Amino acid sequence: MSEIRSRNVTIPIGPQHPALKEPTSFSVTLSGEKILQVGVRLGYNHRGIEKACESRSFIQSLYLIERVCGICSHSHSSCFVQAVEEIAGLQLPPRAMYLRTIVAELERLHSHLLWLGVAGHEIGFDTLLMYTWRDREIVMDLLAAITGNRVNYGMNTFGGVRRDISHEQKADILKAMDTLEERTKYYISVATEETTLIQRLSGVGVLSHDDAIRLGAVGPTARASNVKRDIRKDDPYAAYDQVPFDLITSDCCDVYGRTLVRVGELMESYKLIRHLLNNLPDGPLAVKAPRKIPTGEAVSRYEAPRGEDVHYVRANGSEKPDRVKVRAPTLANVQAVAHMLKDRYLADLPIVVAAIDPCFSCTDRLIDLTRDGDGRCDVITWGQLHDYSMRWYKGQGMDLAKLNNRFKCGESS
Amino acid sequence: MKHPGRMVRQVLSSMLRKPATVRYPFVKVTMPKRFRGRLRFYAERCIGCRLCMRDCPTDAIQIRKIADKQFEADIDMAKCIYCAQCVDSCPKKALESTLDFELAQLDRDKLRQTFRGQPPASQKPPEDPQDKP
Repeated sequence: MSEIRSRNVTIPIGPQHPALKEPTSFSVTLSGEKILQVGVRLGYNHRGIEKACESRSFIQSLYLIERVCGICSHSHSSCFVQAVEEIAGLQLPPRAMYLRTIVAELERLHSHLLWLGVAGHEIGFDTLLMYTWRDREIVMDLLAAITGNRVNYGMNTFGGVRRDISHEQKADILKAMDTLEERTKYYISVATEETTLIQRLSGVGVLSHDDAIRLGAVGPTARASNVKRDIRKDDPYAAYDQVPFDLITSDCCDVYGRTLVRVGELMESYKLIRHLLNNLPDGPLAVKAPRKIPTGEAVSRYEAPRGEDVHYVRANGSEKPDRVKVRAPTLANVQAVAHMLKDRYLADLPIVVAAIDPCFSCTDRLIDLTRDGDGRCDVITWGQLHDYSMRWYKGQGMDLAKLNNRFKCGESS
Repeated sequence: MKHPGRMVRQVLSSMLRKPATVRYPFVKVTMPKRFRGRLRFYAERCIGCRLCMRDCPTDAIQIRKIADKQFEADIDMAKCIYCAQCVDSCPKKALESTLDFELAQLDRDKLRQTFRGQPPASQKPPEDPQDKP
């Protein structure tokens, strides 16, 4: 009996698991119900978007980059567009800046409402899921009316935006903001007064202020640990330096704090959208962008609903980008998840993972090659990498060299 | 005041509300005016500049010359991602997004559509120029 009790068990959660919405793998070492260690392995949803961008023109890459994420598609496309505009030295018309910011905030609204529903679902509070998602439809309908689509809005283009907001749409948005504000006030009252919710979320997934900084947490995850980190304030882009809004933080440091931060940010977004719409400057929607982007490189930062999004773009003077690198916010937060779960119970895993609002397919673009055994990083040539993969597959019982000559790589490349 | 069951009143009141869902497909829904649905091609406006082909992220559109100043378009709705960049790129407004969103097909070939203008009056259409590699 004592032998069984002392034995630690490692169980795999994922890549396919009912508690996860997307494929990723957690290897959880348990002592009884208690989690001793969590290993996270990404890469099950790698789509090779960065590499694909290199063989497409800038305008084609824009639509590909927009599809990095469904929920924060505007974030990724804006981040990419900002980097390219910086390289090309394009000055955006003020109206384009404002419109881009309005769509960004609408996106934050629907993302946070979606998160609130998912969090409710993960703790068995499906009533909250049903109502928040019903209200989220108001935002989705607005986005569809403004941009032409519920997701992957296609709002951005190099040098500006593609769609305008008409007077009727402005009135519709302002009306919807009133309805949603009313609803959000109700959710805030639920979040602060419903004891079952408070007790289920308080003290779960604790991430202290220092740990949040040490592990590089971003977005609402960091702000719930009282880290005043928001790119909209720290490094203002688009029209954020011209609008007043408050940075929402919480010192709860747990999942409950993350809930409060997100509902608080909803209220700030209503304020922001109203201000932006009422002060919308007149003028053109876009400036003409060149097809060939001059040689240069740029790093662009953007506060996506889930946290800081970073894009790096290098241009070589041609129509196609030389290199595109995407760092999605989940990659910054996933280390914090492993830390948050330590010494917690297994039953908390779904809500702790859900609390960072993970998007694993956005994150899966990192290939980390370490040498077997010593785990050392090394620079290897394309040919060496090719030989290594051939050997590896042969070890798995597949001889790819026989299978197809196309896999053979030229020494020149 | 903190107590459980904060949403009970809300839940009960929604029993008297209309459903939030729509009765699609029994009741047709219309898309907003800016919706980017099935593409339509106006062959008579096309000047054959092929900017749409150049900008399409998925090679969903092929413009072919069938006679002097006569062009036809092959649009593959299965490849199209409905970004409507071709509509923006076209200098002559020969392409248009429609509100048609009911594109589901069991046969992939049915999603491939060829748009032709008026057939050339005199001669047969010549062979494809094949200026693409």
